[in-house]
Amino acid sequence: MLSYILKRLLLTVPTLSLVAVAVFLLIRLIPGDPALVLLGESADAASLAAMRADLGLDHPLPVQFLSWLQHALHGDLGRSIVSGEPVAALILQRFGLTAAVVLVAVTAATVIAASAGLIAAWRRNSAVDLAVVGAATVVLAIPSFWLGMVLLLLFGLKLGWLPFVGYIPFSESAVQAMLFLVMPVMTLTITESGVLTRMMRSSSIDVLQLDYVTHARAKGLSERAVLTRHVFPNAFAPTLTLVGLTLGHLLGGIAVIETVFTLPGLGRLMVDSVLARDYPVVQGCLLFTAVVYVVVNLVVDLCYPLFDPRVTAR
Amino acid sequence: MMDRFGHLGWNALIGVPLVAGLLVIIGIGIIWMPYDPIAIDLAHPLGSPGLYHWFGTDEFGRDVLSRSMLGARISVLLALATVAVAITLGAVLGLLAGYLRGWTDRLLMMITDAVLAFPGILLALALIAVLGSSDGSIVLALSTAYTPSVVRVVRATVLSIREREFIEASRTAGDSPFETISRHILPNVLPPVVVLATSLFGWAMLSESALSFLGVGVPPPAPTWGNMLSESRPYMDVASWLSIVPGLCIAGTLLGVNLLGDALRDWLDPRRQT
Amino acid sequence: MIAAVATPLLRFAGVRIEAVGRARAGSPPLLDDLSFDVAPGEFVAVVGESGSGKTLAARSILNLLPEGVRRVAGRIELEGRDLTQLSGPDIRKVRGAQIGMVFQEPMVSLNPAMTIGRQLAEGLQLHRQWSSEEIRRQSVTMLERVRITNPLRCLSAYPHEFSGGMRQRIMLAAVLLLKPKLLIADEPTTALDTLSQREVLELLVELAHDDGAAVLLITHDLGLVARYTERAIVLEKGRLMEAGSTRQILTDPRNPYTQRLVASLPRCDAAGTAAPASAPIVVEVRNACIEYPGRPGLWGAGTPTQVVHGVDLDVRSGEIVAIVGASGSGKTTLGRAILDLKPLAAGSIRFDGIDLAQMTAAQRKQFRRAAQLVFQDPYSSLNPRMRVRDIVAATLRHAHLDAADRAARVEAVLAQVGLASFGDRFPHQMSGGQRQRVAIARAVVSRPRLVVADEPVSALDMTIQQQVLALFRKLQAQYGFACLFITHDLAVVRQIAARVVVMSGGVVVEEGPVPSVFSDPRHKYTRELLAATPALEAAALMG
Repeated sequence: MLSYILKRLLLTVPTLSLVAVAVFLLIRLIPGDPALVLLGESADAASLAAMRADLGLDHPLPVQFLSWLQHALHGDLGRSIVSGEPVAALILQRFGLTAAVVLVAVTAATVIAASAGLIAAWRRNSAVDLAVVGAATVVLAIPSFWLGMVLLLLFGLKLGWLPFVGYIPFSESAVQAMLFLVMPVMTLTITESGVLTRMMRSSSIDVLQLDYVTHARAKGLSERAVLTRHVFPNAFAPTLTLVGLTLGHLLGGIAVIETVFTLPGLGRLMVDSVLARDYPVVQGCLLFTAVVYVVVNLVVDLCYPLFDPRVTAR
Repeated sequence: MMDRFGHLGWNALIGVPLVAGLLVIIGIGIIWMPYDPIAIDLAHPLGSPGLYHWFGTDEFGRDVLSRSMLGARISVLLALATVAVAITLGAVLGLLAGYLRGWTDRLLMMITDAVLAFPGILLALALIAVLGSSDGSIVLALSTAYTPSVVRVVRATVLSIREREFIEASRTAGDSPFETISRHILPNVLPPVVVLATSLFGWAMLSESALSFLGVGVPPPAPTWGNMLSESRPYMDVASWLSIVPGLCIAGTLLGVNLLGDALRDWLDPRRQT
Repeated sequence: MIAAVATPLLRFAGVRIEAVGRARAGSPPLLDDLSFDVAPGEFVAVVGESGSGKTLAARSILNLLPEGVRRVAGRIELEGRDLTQLSGPDIRKVRGAQIGMVFQEPMVSLNPAMTIGRQLAEGLQLHRQWSSEEIRRQSVTMLERVRITNPLRCLSAYPHEFSGGMRQRIMLAAVLLLKPKLLIADEPTTALDTLSQREVLELLVELAHDDGAAVLLITHDLGLVARYTERAIVLEKGRLMEAGSTRQILTDPRNPYTQRLVASLPRCDAAGTAAPASAPIVVEVRNACIEYPGRPGLWGAGTPTQVVHGVDLDVRSGEIVAIVGASGSGKTTLGRAILDLKPLAAGSIRFDGIDLAQMTAAQRKQFRRAAQLVFQDPYSSLNPRMRVRDIVAATLRHAHLDAADRAARVEAVLAQVGLASFGDRFPHQMSGGQRQRVAIARAVVSRPRLVVADEPVSALDMTIQQQVLALFRKLQAQYGFACLFITHDLAVVRQIAARVVVMSGGVVVEEGPVPSVFSDPRHKYTRELLAATPALEAAALMG
């Protein structure tokens, strides 16, 4: 088990290194003076000179990379051209909201998908199965931002049940904050449960045909015990991997939801900074989300043996 | 009814008409559209759906139906281009990684993992930030985001086929590695790749509309369903059809493409039950 | 033993099983009007090949039929009580406690996500009111009875840490812990190698005897039937062909199908004669050593494992030599090395006098035509996307024949293997036996000098095995190629080979002409192997 953990940890190192290199190079790809790129058009000569010295532009590229990396590891990701705030602080501030929405939505979606998928596989080809598969297929085709708009139209504008513009942070009013988050979370939950349900259903179907399930029944176990103790742990493992991937891709996809509901989250920060050519922020966001994604997948990998002990043997 | 059609039947039954319908609309749109999609008509802004404008008009008086038709063409072409690039590049790399193993494989996997570490939309955003917003950069950005998935799938398929005994039989018969790959591995890799291509097409369309929605995709006045939705937001309370129609178009197209992909996958399975 | 005992333990009366739903459409019943009895403590075999319905019959007892299959008529009684009328909760009380079931595939018969201890405890927690201490003690005792070393450690371990044979023994322990009156064993050892097979079955029989349980042994292997059961019923395509004492079925079968089945047991007459010493040596192996690269650890490549140590072997033109051994004995690897598909770490292999490692490109091309391989798995050795005709023709691609000649040869060889009209078909449209015949056709179409056959009949039913082996003998006699026949089954060796080489742990432990090795084995391993092959005993039983 220990070797499995160590191996997984070590495997992240090359990935993270390549990520850092890629992010660093990306900004250097922009034509023109890197100092100008990073400080913006309106910077004065003195700060430009200081930036150039800071970047070490007369040093070879690898040295520049190392100095940039060193800054990054100390939490210094530069300053936003638009607002002048330190990038790292900006990111962390926004990340809280994004993380909250994503985590709650994905957890809810996983719970729904795990139960619906399992039951659909158990009662395969019945009306329940058809309904589940049909719903999942339809949901897969609906873009999350459109669903958000429709929900906003319905519950926000037409019915007036929920607030929909902007956001009140938790620190001011927990209840209000949650009300603002109901629709975004609901949107994401619905959209993400489609693909998770299909995966769960498909792996449950595979497991249900294996001998150990028949053996469990042959022992006299009730169907409920068979499903929860024997089918579920084995069928859930591939879905768990998918959950990790979903969490990762949502770090980006959340941008559309934040746009629809005007939430000050990380995704929206990234989009705004791309539109505003605020490159330090773009760079910082990329690095941050990539690292978070790698960490999330690491955690998922470490949880995997709980459902499939065989992975530790390899 | 279920007995006669089975799953293959349902998927094709709904998928084919949807996709065919889409193609027909695009086809018609190439020759004729009810109105000029870009022509502004400030005399009739925000007109609700009616006889003259089946889907109504937007805030500039432009006919929503015509814009939707043009949008269909643009989105489909962009998605096709993305899929073409991603599949070709991904298949070649995946074949190399899977067949050659060793250092080639490890290097390709490291690069793939690194690219996959970035959430797709963000990667596309970053590339567009660098390259500017144009059709070419969208295709490049999206195909960069999707190629790693293709590499992974092709590599996995090649790895599993490699272990099958008929590959050994090919070696025993004296085939060169090139002959083994082209005669035996490729035909068996093709079906999963075709299925992946249909999924990829759906994702590419979705991503392009998301990027356009965010304002970093196809620049106005060219309409895509994504930016039509984005532009409709300020008018949601007075002209809700502007928010409904483009979304329905996206959902309908994706549904058709997904179902067709599922039907294709079932049909291509060499061990299909008849 | 006559069937009319006071109250039989198990009684099947007119049971009929059909496919329902989509698969139905006019197909014949999967099991038709099956009736038989099992007395308390009796050992009964249900014999049949694939498609006979024997597994469905076993599963129907506990109402564990797969989806799409249903029992539509008949009764199944346990001590007079009709199981088919029981409600859900009631049948669950019977499952495990009164009737236990052991399955075939050890790799998937235990839940990989649950510790052994928990899986053993589950049944006990359900059917007995024991404390967890008591359950633990009983589990350990049972594991000792099935000869698992270190039972305490086993309880907290996971199934993947054990080999196939050990898992079957653990499964036995789990089932017998509940002391059922009837044990249904569905091909419990088919997936194991010969020696493990014997261990597990002996254990099963011993434990069942001790507990006074009756055993219903589902199998296709007549050898096992001969050795372990008192009565047998024979099924073909869902119908009962014959029922009676095992002795009677084997020595005096009355039904034609049973007769065919019994005829597929290996006979005493040797299949082949050894080649005369004047026949040229086709393959000469000297001191062959083959290694597998070690698993790369964290710090570079690991230590390599020796798979074959210093093997010497000669195969002459026109003779069939069998290499026999358990899995891991190195026989498959040696076969591959002889075909230049695996490199040697030391030693040499000569084909027609030329060292494989020193062949020129032209010589290698010729070698590829002259040395062919028939694989074990009929389901993965044929490209699923090619037609039969093209699969067979592929071997001739590098031969210097024009298209017409090639086509003619392909048709001719297909006719020889009895697949004359199958040229246009795809592999998935054919049965396992037919696919193996395609594989054989593919190997002989180039008129090779050497054919290496790697377990070509292990995955086939007994009667089909017979046919394929007969085909092999016929083709070999006609074309006179040297043949290296790799197998784990001594019964097959008896039917096909003139000489036999016994391997264990990568070395040759014994070799010689088949009749003398079989009648007078010198090495301990050979003796064990012979003793563990019940089919031979069964054949001897018939005289």
